[in-house]
Formats: sequence, structure tokens, C-alpha cells
Amino acid sequence: MGSNPVTWLGTPPFPKAAHAALGDSQLRANLRKATGTIRAKRAEAVAELSDWERLRRAGEAIKDDVLSRLDTYLERLERAVTERGGVVHWARDAAEANDTVLRLTREAGADEVVKVKSMATQEIGLNEALAAGGVHAIETDLAELIVQLGHDRPSHILVPAIHRNRAEIRDIFRRQMPSAPPWLSDKPVALTEAARRHLRRKFLSAKVAISGANFAVADTGSIVVVESEGNGRMCLTLPRTLITVMGLEKIVPTWRDLEVFLQLLPRSSTAERMNPYTSVWTGVTPGDGPQRFHLVLLDNGRTNALADPVGRQALRCIRCSACLNVCPVYERTGGQAYGSVYPGPIGAILAPQLVGDMHDAQAASLPYASSLCGACYEVCPVRINIPEVLVHLRAQATAAKGSRGPEALGMAAAGWVFADPKRYEAAQRAGSLARFLARDGWITRLPFPGSRWTASRDVPAPPAESFRMWWRRTRG
Amino acid sequence: MALFATCLTDTFYPDTARAVVRLLERLGCTVDFPLGQTCCGQMHFNTGYREQAKPLAQRYAGVFAGYHAVVVPSGSCAGMVREFHPGLVGASPATTMTYELTEFLVDVLGVTDVGAYFPHRVTYHPTCHSLRMLGVGDRPLTLLRAVRGLDLVELPFAETCCGFGGTFAVKNAETSTAMLADKMRCVLDTGAEVVTAGDNSCLMHIGGGLSRVRAGVRPVHLAEILASTEEEPWAAIR
Amino acid sequence: MADARSEVLRRVRAALADRPAAPEVPRDYDRTRDLGELPALLAERIEHYRAAVHRVAADGLAEAIAARLAGRGARVVVAPTDLPEPWRVPRVTWRLDEPPLPVADLDACDGVVTGCAVAIAETGTIVLDAGEAQGRRALTLVPDYHLCVVREDQIAGTVPEALARLDPVRPLTFVSGPSATSDIELDRVEGVHGPRALEVLVVG
Repeated sequence: MGSNPVTWLGTPPFPKAAHAALGDSQLRANLRKATGTIRAKRAEAVAELSDWERLRRAGEAIKDDVLSRLDTYLERLERAVTERGGVVHWARDAAEANDTVLRLTREAGADEVVKVKSMATQEIGLNEALAAGGVHAIETDLAELIVQLGHDRPSHILVPAIHRNRAEIRDIFRRQMPSAPPWLSDKPVALTEAARRHLRRKFLSAKVAISGANFAVADTGSIVVVESEGNGRMCLTLPRTLITVMGLEKIVPTWRDLEVFLQLLPRSSTAERMNPYTSVWTGVTPGDGPQRFHLVLLDNGRTNALADPVGRQALRCIRCSACLNVCPVYERTGGQAYGSVYPGPIGAILAPQLVGDMHDAQAASLPYASSLCGACYEVCPVRINIPEVLVHLRAQATAAKGSRGPEALGMAAAGWVFADPKRYEAAQRAGSLARFLARDGWITRLPFPGSRWTASRDVPAPPAESFRMWWRRTRG
Repeated sequence: MALFATCLTDTFYPDTARAVVRLLERLGCTVDFPLGQTCCGQMHFNTGYREQAKPLAQRYAGVFAGYHAVVVPSGSCAGMVREFHPGLVGASPATTMTYELTEFLVDVLGVTDVGAYFPHRVTYHPTCHSLRMLGVGDRPLTLLRAVRGLDLVELPFAETCCGFGGTFAVKNAETSTAMLADKMRCVLDTGAEVVTAGDNSCLMHIGGGLSRVRAGVRPVHLAEILASTEEEPWAAIR
Repeated sequence: MADARSEVLRRVRAALADRPAAPEVPRDYDRTRDLGELPALLAERIEHYRAAVHRVAADGLAEAIAARLAGRGARVVVAPTDLPEPWRVPRVTWRLDEPPLPVADLDACDGVVTGCAVAIAETGTIVLDAGEAQGRRALTLVPDYHLCVVREDQIAGTVPEALARLDPVRPLTFVSGPSATSDIELDRVEGVHGPRALEVLVVG
């Protein structure tokens, strides 16, 4: 487990990882508060647009169009970026992308880089790779900074430190931030001010910045970064060299298509009409912003997902995290239990596909980390049918496990029973004997695997007579 | 028309299936229960045993061919049949004619007052598949509001999953239990004596949790409430 | 071994061996909406982000700029090279970005005054495109206070209407209120790395 480049080394399968999280009352309280807050706000922001469903359908179709002709769009994007003075690099996997970024950073003469929050660079473990090459990467997004300073792992796509509350953040800052005064309060305003002071000098002196991309316009070569704090603008404007690492699927065909996504994304993610800052740049603009621009196009398992006609819809994802915020499983376990930078419902379908190996016990456990309640699909701004993909990936997981495991044998036996009404009724008669285990109509203890149910729930005693027996007796 | 009882209700909750029969006959329907029926295959399908769900979907299409409607007292099984059987074995008249109970009452029979009487304080949990897969909307609540004597109390955070999720409840038993705990808290907050829903699977989960803590709140399927009248109260409630 | 580019493109083509059909994109969402009086809506929506908005008549603009800067106590203020002469009000030390001001100088200034390219009423957004009266991107980023002048004819109603007016190959910055973060308990706090104060003058 964990030997692939996507999931964290040593993370146990989901049920085991969830065990610790469920017992952490502070984590539970933090998540309850944060997801509760954002759910209500999102619903309000979305209700304001009467054409929301039409926007979702347009977003879905634009992304499907991109995926269906991805090779054409990638070449188009490459041409447009190059024509405008950018340099395009391709990376088959995490190692290749990391090597490229490290080489470009060294060529720019830097041993320190400032980073805009980016899922792609988290996914490939860029910071660790740069550190191994002697380059220090400074996360500048507040939540990423909290995670970095706390030597922690992210637990949310949008707000990687969502599992931390203000008091915990204050403690991390006091310990790890030399400029933070010992009397630093836990008011969000004070914490934000501390982060501003900590990073300001870095912004003003950095030679190289590294970013991800929310969107890339194939026609024009324009790259879009959507953010809130202004750390993104700092990184995208002040350093001389900018390196952007972008998953292959982040393309939109034309500038006009952004009119859909710039409505879908802010309302779905931070529940705002518009996020504070969106930056758009195309190659290099003489005299304005970075004078060297590199774009690294990253595969790292994306073509594996693309090859699956059902699973490829996960590549429509615009990383808004609405599915995390509404997910009853995520709300209780938090993100780290999912064992990768992509937690929650989208992580449960994306991470296993990027890993591409259902023999990996951790990856294979992720599609089961859902009650299939469908709340994620309901809010997804690009209509990814997450429950459908979960069930699809479960079929791949069972196929990888083979037909001789206890679960497979049990399912085969159940299939055999249900295949014949006579056998089924015989099983009902046999099973109804369990009623003698019951007290007051409920059974409180069953042997394994039923014990997993009865650890916290009673089971109704089966009646002496099933409905079909009654029907035959009275109506047959 | 035919009743598809579902394997869970047939085996564990015969009262619910009897209630459906009584209710539909009271409304003038002729109900058949073809004995060839077994299971819709949802457990296999949702757990990743797609191939083993296929013969069950095939069986369903065969057993219910020729009925002009099939009524299912489960949003989740009706959803399985309507949404996924066509993908497994192709569309058939049986799949398109399958209705969840409240859909059948409101859309096909056109009734919202079934003449029921149920003098209890009740809260309703909209099950995930009835809510999001089938989109039954407020049909169940409309039916419940018309029940005489019934004191309907709104369930807080009603649309949050109870944590059942089929094999999820055993594969991720602890997470499932954490979800159940919150659902139970909401149910208890209403002060209801009965929690109802359109799916016995979810009710088995919520009811199993409530029973374990001796909460004194009964799980009762919606069909049993709707079947109950002043002249003939539903046996299970006594 | 093939180079990364050909290998990635080969993988993409192999993955699309089933030739998925490219869907027709349904464009039936609203391009425009009846939003009432746009300047009023823009003002309301920007204020929602906790930025101050003032509506002024064209002949009162210079006076308004002077009043805002005085109100902020902004004495040393950055100006894009083409900031209209009347906007450079007296009793302020103007730092013209010509030759380009070093970042440290920008950081030492009290604020910046610019125009904009487009504004979006529905979302309370101002878009800068480094065009007329705006200057390069760093000017509106490093100083802690940004006073932005919006002409009524620059206000678009919806996002689609605004994007149609913009040239994507220019460096664009969409600004919706002062910098903010929701990273602590998903609660919004204004004022992080970008200008912590944004004021908007809507002229017309």
C-alpha cells in the first residue's frame, strides 16, 4: 500500500484510518462547525442564480468536450502558450514533473520559491522533491501555510487546514513563526495579520514562484488562477520566473467558456458571488509580471482515468470541494482518512483512478467510503455522478480481489439463493430460527461479520412467517 | 398490478407488505404477488458484484412482465430497478412500470388522502435514494399530512443520510455508527414516538440504533401508517 | 523511450480509443438578466464584500478622490503613467510609475489610484486589464489601499457580458472586494496579502 505516487505512504485502508478520526472529538467539532457553515452559505449563493441547473449542464458539456478531444486541445494550448512567450513542458508522472520544476528553479538561480496553493503540486509531492534538491518551498496560502508549519497533512481541497480550529492555529504560529508574538491571539483577524507579516518579505524578494492552474484556455493560452488572499497575485506578479504545474484536464476550449466556470466555481467552493481575486495571464507580458513563464503539463495517472468510459467523468472536477462539504462521511472522518490530497467523495473516485491499481488495498478501500447517499452528485457544479463512479470502481475492486475471498463467496451464495424462489424461501425458514435469539423482537448480538452491525445496532428478529409464506397460506 | 415486496421486507417485515396490500385494496386496486420474485440485486450491484446482479435483474424483468404497474415499498429498490436494471440487462416494460409506493399513490392513483388514521406523534426521514435518485419530493409528507390524528413533527437535518448505505453499514461500521448517532439525536429531539420512512432498510438501521439505547421510539414503515384506519388500526402499532 | 510529450499524447489517444462523442454545449443559461439599475447593484454588491463605494457625478470626481485619499490619510500615492491629470489631486505626493517603481517603493506608498477595464454588477467585481489608467499589475497589488474609479459605461450586468468585453491575452485581474480568506473555520476575514482596503468611486 502507498507505494504509488498519489496516496500517502503508510496510510491504512479507509475503515482503519477513519477509526482514529472518529474518536478525535476536537476534529469532529471543527469539521461539524466548518462544513455546517459552508453548506448553508453555498445553498444561498446557488439559489441566487435562476439558471444554475443550466450552468451545471453547460459546465458538464464543456468539460466532456475537452476530454473527448484532449489531444487536440493540449496541442492547441501548447501552441498558444509558446506563441506568447511561454515554454511548455510535459510530464508523464510525478517524478518527471518534480525534476522539471527543480531544474527550472535552479536555472533561475533560486534556492527558495514561493508557492500558490495548488492541488497538482501537492499531489506530486513537489515540496519534498524540491527540498531533496536543496530548494525551500514556501506555501503562501494561509491554510497551506498552517499545514506546512504544523508538519501536517492537508484534509480538504479548498481549506487544507479545515481540521484545525483557531486555537490550534494560534499554537502552530506561536511555535513555528519567528515573527509571531507570544501574545498572539486566536482571533482570525490577528492570525491573518501574523501570516501577512510572515510572508510579506518573501513575496517582495522571491525570484521564482510556483503555481497550479484552475483553467487554461486552449485557444489563447491564457491561464487562470482563482484565489482569495492575494498570495496568488503576489506569486503570479512579482517574481521574475513563474512555473505553473497543471493537470492535463484543466483545459477549457475558449475564453467564452470561462463565463460558465467563473460562475460555477466561486459559488460552489467559497459560496461567494465571486472570489476576491482571479488572475489571468497569457505567456509573458513585457514589463508586467514574470518575464519567464513555464507551463508543466502533468499526466500522473490522468490518462489512466481517461481510458475508463465511466470513470473519466472524474476529470471534469474543478476542485471546488462542494462534495466534501456536504458529504456525511467526510464530515465525520475528515480528509486525512482518505490517505491522499484528494479527500471526500471526489477523492474516493479520483485517487484510485490516479493510482490505477485496485490491488492496492488502501486505494481499493476508497470507493467503499460512501453510503451512496448522493448528496455529492446533487451539488457537483459539473454534474459528476460520483455514486455511479463509486459503484463502478467497487466492481473493479472486487474483480481485483478475486472470487475466493469470504465476501465474494458470501455474495455468490446469496446470488445462488436469490436465483431460485424455492431456495430463497428455504433460506427464509432457516433464517427465521434466529428469532429464538431475540428478546422483545430484537437481536443484540450476532457472530462475525454480523457483529459489525450489532456492535452498535440491534437487528429485528425475523418473523416466524415471511410475507410470501403468508401470501401463499392466505391467498395462494 | 403487482407488489414487489423486496427481499428485506418479505423476510423481516411482512407487516409492511401486508399493509401495502391492504392499503392498495382499500383504494380499489387488485394486487398480485408473483411468487417468482426474490431480490432486485441492489446489494450485489452496490457492493461491486455487478455480474451477480444481472441474473436477478433478469429475473425481475421476467417475473413482472405483463403487469401494468409494479409497486415497491422501498425508494432504494425502486431506484435500483428503474435506474440500473436497464444498464444491466436492457430496459423492459417491468422496469419502466416500477413505482415507489408514494409515487404510485400520488401520480398513478392520484390520491393524497388515503383515509388513514394514526393518532401518534411521528417524524419522517426522507431516505437518500427516494429523495435524490427517484426524486419523490414531498409526496410522502403530503400523504402524511392528510392522515387524521397524526401529529407530524419536522425532523432536523432530515436530508442527511442515516448511515445505512447497504454493506457500508458493516464495511465502515464505525463511520456508519457516527452518522447514525446524529440521526438518532435528531429523531429524539423531535419528541416523536414513531419514526417513519419509505425504506425498511434505513428504518432497520435507525430502529436498530434506537432499540440499542432503549430510546422508546418505534420505526414504522410509511405504508403501515397509511394502511391504518380508525376502524382497523394497524396491528403492528398496538 | 519516447519523449514525455509524445508519450503523454500517445496515452491520451489510446485512452480515447472508444471515440467518445463530443457533446453539443447547451448555451441556454442567462447571458443577460434584468438586474435593475447597474451602478446601484454594483455598489451594493461591492459593499457586501466590505469595501466602500461612493457614487459621484463626473464633475465631482477630483473632489471625491481628494476626499477619499485625505480620509485614508494617504499622502504618498502611486499613479499609473497615464492616470488622467485631473485625478492627480493636490496635497498628495504622486509617485508616477515611470520609470517602473521598484517593489520596495510600491510597498512604501500609502495607496494607489486607478481606473478599470470593466465592472460586473451582479458579482460586485472590478476587472483590471493593465490598460488605460491602470498600469501594470504590481501597482494595484503591493500598496495596501486601492482607490478604483469606475465609469458607468464600464459596468456590465453579468459575468458573460463582462467576459465578452475583455481581451484574454491582456493580463487580467478580477477584484471582488479586499483580499480575504476563509481558511480559519471557513469564516471569512477581510485583509490578507492583497490591498486590505478597497474603495470604489462609481462615476456617472
